[in-house]
Amino acid sequence: MHFELTEEQTLLENMVTAFVRDDYNWETREKIVKTEEGWKPENWYKFAELGLLSVPFSEDHGGLGGTAVDSMVVMEQFGKGLVVEPFMPSILLSGNLISKLANESQANEIIPKIIEGESRYVFAYAEPQSRFDLSDVKTSATKDGDEYTLNGFKSVVFGASMATHIIIAARTSGDQRSEDGITLFLVDIKSNGITLQTYPTIDEYRASEVVIENLKISSDMVLGEVDKAYPVVEEVIDLATIAACSEAVGVLQVLKDSTIDYCKQRKQFGQPISKNQAIQHKLVDMMIEYEQAKSILYAAVTADLSNADERKKAVSGAKARIGQSIKFVGESAIQLHGGMGMVDEYMISHYFKRATMLGVLFGNVDFHMKRFVGLTQSNIEPIDGSSTIRGGY
Amino acid sequence: MDTTFSSEDLAFQKEVRDFIANNYPQSLRDSIAEKKRNNEELSREDLTTWHKILGKNKGWSVPGWPEQYGGAGFTPTQKYIFEQECARAECVIVAPFGPQMCAPVIYTFGNEEQKAKHLPGILSGEVFWCQGYSEPGSGSDLASLKTTAVKEGDHYIINGQKTWTTLAQHADWIFCLVRTNPDAAKPQEGISFILIDMKTPGIEVRPIYLMDGINEVNEVWFDNVKVPAENLIGQENMGWTYAKFLLAHERSGIAQVARSKKAIERIKQIAAAEMSYGEPLIQDPAFQRKIAEAELELTSLEYTELRTLAKDSAGKGPGPESSLLKIKGTDMQQKLTELAMEAVGYYANPHMGTSLSNEYVGPDYSTNLSGSYFNFRKASIYGGSNEIQRNIIAKMVLGL
Repeated sequence: MHFELTEEQTLLENMVTAFVRDDYNWETREKIVKTEEGWKPENWYKFAELGLLSVPFSEDHGGLGGTAVDSMVVMEQFGKGLVVEPFMPSILLSGNLISKLANESQANEIIPKIIEGESRYVFAYAEPQSRFDLSDVKTSATKDGDEYTLNGFKSVVFGASMATHIIIAARTSGDQRSEDGITLFLVDIKSNGITLQTYPTIDEYRASEVVIENLKISSDMVLGEVDKAYPVVEEVIDLATIAACSEAVGVLQVLKDSTIDYCKQRKQFGQPISKNQAIQHKLVDMMIEYEQAKSILYAAVTADLSNADERKKAVSGAKARIGQSIKFVGESAIQLHGGMGMVDEYMISHYFKRATMLGVLFGNVDFHMKRFVGLTQSNIEPIDGSSTIRGGY
Repeated sequence: MDTTFSSEDLAFQKEVRDFIANNYPQSLRDSIAEKKRNNEELSREDLTTWHKILGKNKGWSVPGWPEQYGGAGFTPTQKYIFEQECARAECVIVAPFGPQMCAPVIYTFGNEEQKAKHLPGILSGEVFWCQGYSEPGSGSDLASLKTTAVKEGDHYIINGQKTWTTLAQHADWIFCLVRTNPDAAKPQEGISFILIDMKTPGIEVRPIYLMDGINEVNEVWFDNVKVPAENLIGQENMGWTYAKFLLAHERSGIAQVARSKKAIERIKQIAAAEMSYGEPLIQDPAFQRKIAEAELELTSLEYTELRTLAKDSAGKGPGPESSLLKIKGTDMQQKLTELAMEAVGYYANPHMGTSLSNEYVGPDYSTNLSGSYFNFRKASIYGGSNEIQRNIIAKMVLGL
């Protein structure tokens, strides 16, 4: 039992750390998020050079065959730099879907282009009424000969404005909330029938509402099996959720460390405010929340993710618990920075906003608590009221 | 990163599991269950039987000791497995005062005679120890202690009072912090660490009954108690250094993750048996949420402890980070005793086992759950209160 990284993982970490340090300082990032596009395409080619774009793909397809630990290593560092390039939506989410579902000819066509940085896919799954429920899909796909016609609406698709392609989850059969009957389609984002309404998010990323009207797609462009996408979508979203947790842990580390530094420097009543016990105990609680968040992330990345129940339990447990840490550490960081914490110009508020939005991504605390309860509190054998053996305390 | 057990670890797990199954006496299990049911204190026999059995098996009573003193020499993973298995089988806890608190001070700072005299009895469980630290005026501010030790020839004469002394009524020996130099520049500099035979004339143990009605702690009074000077550990007036060392040891074992895991399992089973609105309580979303939050906090704590263990095995002893384990571990114990009490509704009320209660009422699993809740308020106070632990982290870890 150990928590050390392998040699390859350490190299990966050093590489990403160096990128954030050298190519992504605060001033650089500020410039990037204020451009109309909201990202820097050259960075994407840099990722390609560094091999980051190959993380989720199998070695057969020229990929790294990365595990949850590899994703964690990258995302934690990206979190520290608030990197806005669409690595999570495009590589860890869509890339992973393609890696798991593409048939041989699709894989040979698509994966090399992704790894080279030429193609970027995003995944459109959420709809206005679905909230975090992945089986609630109204967008329809009806088949006519070799062609499908898609109609519907997709919500808050991160990185769509930066993408070359979009993977759309649509209903090919079943009721609106049925797990059965969901099919994925690979679509060129410039296709007739797709309209993007793009906007900046509160944390300065970019997302789009996607209107789908009479979009014609050849049945060759179906990704995976017709009607049977749900279990894979759930699995891939789960793995992306671990990535979101990893990013959050990186963001929380900056929030915690910066707040400690600030409190040591800020003087009131003739001494640093960190000399006050009320402030000290709050900082200690921030540190504890950060460590607990990191620990449950480690529990998730080392869980048996190939077992569906274990995976769901580990992922929802981590996301729910880290969601609580995000709220505590984030809100405390702003409180202890006082007025400076409120200011847009100062970096701490940006980390707070990103952390908070990561709390929503792929399901908030309530959603994941409920899912965790379902997995850990059903079929419990009642204790016998006449037993005399008492356990625990 | 890898949290799977190696085949050696799995073999060890089986060895521990089999050993407990074959050697944990049913009579001990029955005796403790009966005492808990009657809200009675455990006897010295209840407290030491399992310790003695473990002591005869490769030093398993003292897993943390170095092998040269008869310790088990467990790896951090083995320590973790051992605790898991003991909790899983609901084995009685081996009292920490001798094995985990006094002994590390003796084998680290004591002389050869002291090691030879005391370590074997601590290992075997024949000699029961208690801790003489707190005094009526010295709680968190331990260095203000007033019990004096004045040297007369080859003896020290001890006068003063210790309090909150856990299980002193059973103890053969007490390890004490005493003031040997009242004129030292700093209060910390005049303190010594001394071992005292509880049978020495002039020692009186007076019981303190806590709010659950149990005599777990005591006052220990010293009236001109004559202690051989050879019982002093290390150097005179250096006791504070040894005390701080001991406190770090005390904190590292305090998280009790494995026992809390077992407690959550039990709470779920109780909630599955208790009814609310015509359905098992475990289907009530409000209660479900509380269980889930406790379970996740515990998973986080478990991995925080594993991370600390992994650091230990890389050669770094328990440091100030163990304060985190103390804070979160005791939070957890308190939360779980609260949930268990809450789960049984009205049957939290009956106080069984007193001279005034004759017939048992309510389901057996409900008996004295509220007693545990009230008893465990102690956890965030002892071993350095959780506020003091935060001060330690603030100073030693965050550098504030």
